[in-house]
Amino acid sequence: MSEPPGRRWHDMGGQSAGSVVPQDHDFALWEKRVDALMVVASAKGLFTVDGLRRVLEDMGEAAFETHSYYERWILSINQNLIEAGAYTLAELGTRMTVVRGRGETYGECARPAGDRDG
Amino acid sequence: MPHDAPEHSHTGISPSGHPYRADQDAPLSYFQNMEIAMRELLSEKGIATEAEINAEIDRMDSRSPADGARLVARFWVDPAFRERVRADASAASREMGFDIGALRLIAVENTENVHNVIVCTLCSCYPRNLLGFPPDWYKQRAYRSRVVKTPRSVLREFGLDLPGDVQVRVHDSTADMRYIVIPARPTGTADLNETALAALVTRDSMIGVARAQSPA
Amino acid sequence: MVERVRVARMMPPGHVRTPSYLRGRIGRIERDLGHFGNPEQAAYHLEASKKRLCRVRFSMSELWGDAAENPSDTLDAEIFAHWLESAPD
Repeated sequence: MSEPPGRRWHDMGGQSAGSVVPQDHDFALWEKRVDALMVVASAKGLFTVDGLRRVLEDMGEAAFETHSYYERWILSINQNLIEAGAYTLAELGTRMTVVRGRGETYGECARPAGDRDG
Repeated sequence: MPHDAPEHSHTGISPSGHPYRADQDAPLSYFQNMEIAMRELLSEKGIATEAEINAEIDRMDSRSPADGARLVARFWVDPAFRERVRADASAASREMGFDIGALRLIAVENTENVHNVIVCTLCSCYPRNLLGFPPDWYKQRAYRSRVVKTPRSVLREFGLDLPGDVQVRVHDSTADMRYIVIPARPTGTADLNETALAALVTRDSMIGVARAQSPA
Repeated sequence: MVERVRVARMMPPGHVRTPSYLRGRIGRIERDLGHFGNPEQAAYHLEASKKRLCRVRFSMSELWGDAAENPSDTLDAEIFAHWLESAPD
């Protein structure tokens, strides 16, 4: 059975692969926040799970190999939100610089709203 | 609730009062930087508030394979409920009080002669709203590639060796449905109540890569 | 008589939910699922028209020939009707 040309990388059914490694990991807080953001923003109609998948697919196989699940998800959610006009890249870039300046760790940079001054 | 991966647990995680995990103290990654900034912008613009995000995390944390296990146990003991699961597994889940949202659930039953197994070859679709998060291996290349072509070989890697007179049915979640396997009720369980039966039902048995456990 | 169908062979380069390992294969409709928004439109911020969705059952021998572990094992997938052609016996 020869492979039809045009199979996209994510379309994995029937491809050769190694053994299943029964690994699992506990979810980090930031990962849960990514997941929750996806659920809430898609429920608000800003994008669909189909759009999320489309961007993940278009990201290509290298991204699948080098980035974790939630790293790819935050990239995809961002692209969908940019396409939806939820915020601009300039706004995001500016805020990312501010966040980065709050400290060194995730905990320091993700300070609760009451503690933040901008 | 037994766990298939002995090193950790998703269940019993309390969203409040949980101690900071190691990742809270790790250097901020680019992606974490994005996540914080995006969440703040969306909150300030009223698109997705912190409260909504936190409520959704609480909802996610409250879901676990234990919910699916309770559904399986009731399926085993209650013939009328069994018919309702067969007719509409989503409605039957809601009847048990599970907040499954828009989940469109189909329950596929294992018997003496049929063994079902679930996959999403195209991404990682999973009945999250009933069972919680899928395991990492479910989302990875090896499982997604091989289980639709050589399911028996994959099941053997999980320690499940099926005889030739058992038919294997693989279900690829390609669209809007989500699937739960109802594992076969183990022998020697006639005297167990629903709670004790639910304790035998593992996450992996509801994906189809394991059987339910036998009573101790 | 359960409807026998063949999955379309086309390979368009974009977001579709018909796995390539099923394209051109013959199966039988296991059940009708109703109508759902077309993911091929929803993925691109387009209004998604409702399309008929079916669960289609394939034998492993149909999919993999001699490579099938057990020819009578089956594979079920949800396929939108616009990907299915009638394949009378």
